Amino acid sequence: MADAPKRTPLYDLHVELGGKMVDFAGWEMPVQYPLGIMGEHKHCRAKAALFDVSHMGQVILKGENVGAKLEALCPQAFSTLKEGKARYGFFTNENGGIMDDLIVSNAGDHFFVVVNASMRHQDIPHMAKYLDGIEVIEIFDRALIAVQGPKAEDVVGNLCPGVRDLKFMETMIGAINGVECRISRLGYTGEDGYEISIPQDGAVEVARAFLADENCEPAGLGARDSLRLEAGLCLYGNDIDNDTSPIEASLIWAIQKRRREEGGFPGAERIQQEIAEGTSRKLVGIRPEGRAPARQGVEVQSEDGKAIGVVTSGGFGPTAGGPVAMGYISTDSTEPGTRVNLMIRGKAQPAEIVSLPFVQQNYKR
Amino acid sequence: MTTYYSEEHEWIAVEGDIATVGITAHAAEQLGEIVYVEQKDGGDTFEKGDEIGVVESVKAASEIYAPVNGEIVEANEALADSPATLNESPEGDGWLYKIKLSNTDQLNDLMDLDAYKAFIA
Repeated sequence: MADAPKRTPLYDLHVELGGKMVDFAGWEMPVQYPLGIMGEHKHCRAKAALFDVSHMGQVILKGENVGAKLEALCPQAFSTLKEGKARYGFFTNENGGIMDDLIVSNAGDHFFVVVNASMRHQDIPHMAKYLDGIEVIEIFDRALIAVQGPKAEDVVGNLCPGVRDLKFMETMIGAINGVECRISRLGYTGEDGYEISIPQDGAVEVARAFLADENCEPAGLGARDSLRLEAGLCLYGNDIDNDTSPIEASLIWAIQKRRREEGGFPGAERIQQEIAEGTSRKLVGIRPEGRAPARQGVEVQSEDGKAIGVVTSGGFGPTAGGPVAMGYISTDSTEPGTRVNLMIRGKAQPAEIVSLPFVQQNYKR
Repeated sequence: MTTYYSEEHEWIAVEGDIATVGITAHAAEQLGEIVYVEQKDGGDTFEKGDEIGVVESVKAASEIYAPVNGEIVEANEALADSPATLNESPEGDGWLYKIKLSNTDQLNDLMDLDAYKAFIA
């Protein structure tokens, strides 16, 4: 029998705000608030939205040469990650597939890692087993809140002015209403914004302080998914998994040059070979021409009816103003502008291969 | 005119052997913002329980199942261009089909408004 879903420190606040609560990866989370997915999504792109992402796994890694040791599990250059900087990465398996994606921050006397809610049960033992001499501490007493959108700098900066000076993928410690938080300028919506790790006892107070700003509305998992999809960001379990390599997933940008050349991470043989020779399929954007959304699992065919791929994430993009999708397509059909058919409920719906993202990313570089 | 309700959250307003079918306000509320409606064409016949359309919200796709046997007389084509009408007026302008009933006895298996209200309570 499954365990009862867990609740984040913000659970009561979600209910108070009218959040529609659903079970997600073993957590009771708001999928939307009364504003609705569409309204929350647009509000995030126009002003700012607050997301509870406390279900994600927060981990502290302590010990000598943490960055170098992490390089044995991930193809990222973490040994050269400077203090105060964060970097996107992923754990790879022996076959070069992706075990999970994560954000790693160098917090000075330790590394701070955030992994997916659905994979924390895997990732934490994985790190504990392979990071020799490193203390792997899973954090259970902190909330994680994302404030995202063009007004996020004001929403957070009005309470903690120092965050205005952070650049994209930088992290700092700052006090918000007297509560000491880890504040990182990053997120997963394609917008500027912050993720803020807060001691659980102060989390509701800090969330309320953000929401007191007229520019900031609460947003749920529904908007989070449509925002990341429009931004062309992969969702673990949909777009990337143990069978997809980072090269197939068009994530080569996240493997730094030295690591591409030197290898020394699980699955390096396949990944280096794919860097040199290419892959037979690639993750690309797909733009349906009509109104019908193409959801995960929809088959993609060439115009002459040959199966050439599958949709891994798809839905309606409120900012794009129509359906958007991503999926794996045979590499010879991935040129932007290539016309394809999406087999939705047995009917061929015309679509076009497009470059990702669907909306411009607005990071503060 | 008498209006009946199904456990699949459809309403069916009957006059003689012609009826108008749509999804209930409760269903529209549960689905959230509707972004796409797929409908059958006029002339298509169906039996109770057959899929006669799909309504998609930002979140997910939901099938519409026929509450009775019949034939589609007219589909509300305006919904193709303005699916949000299903949220704004699910039991009015957001109707899905006009149908011709082929077995009016099946109406006895449906609920009246009070029973439906109790069903969703």
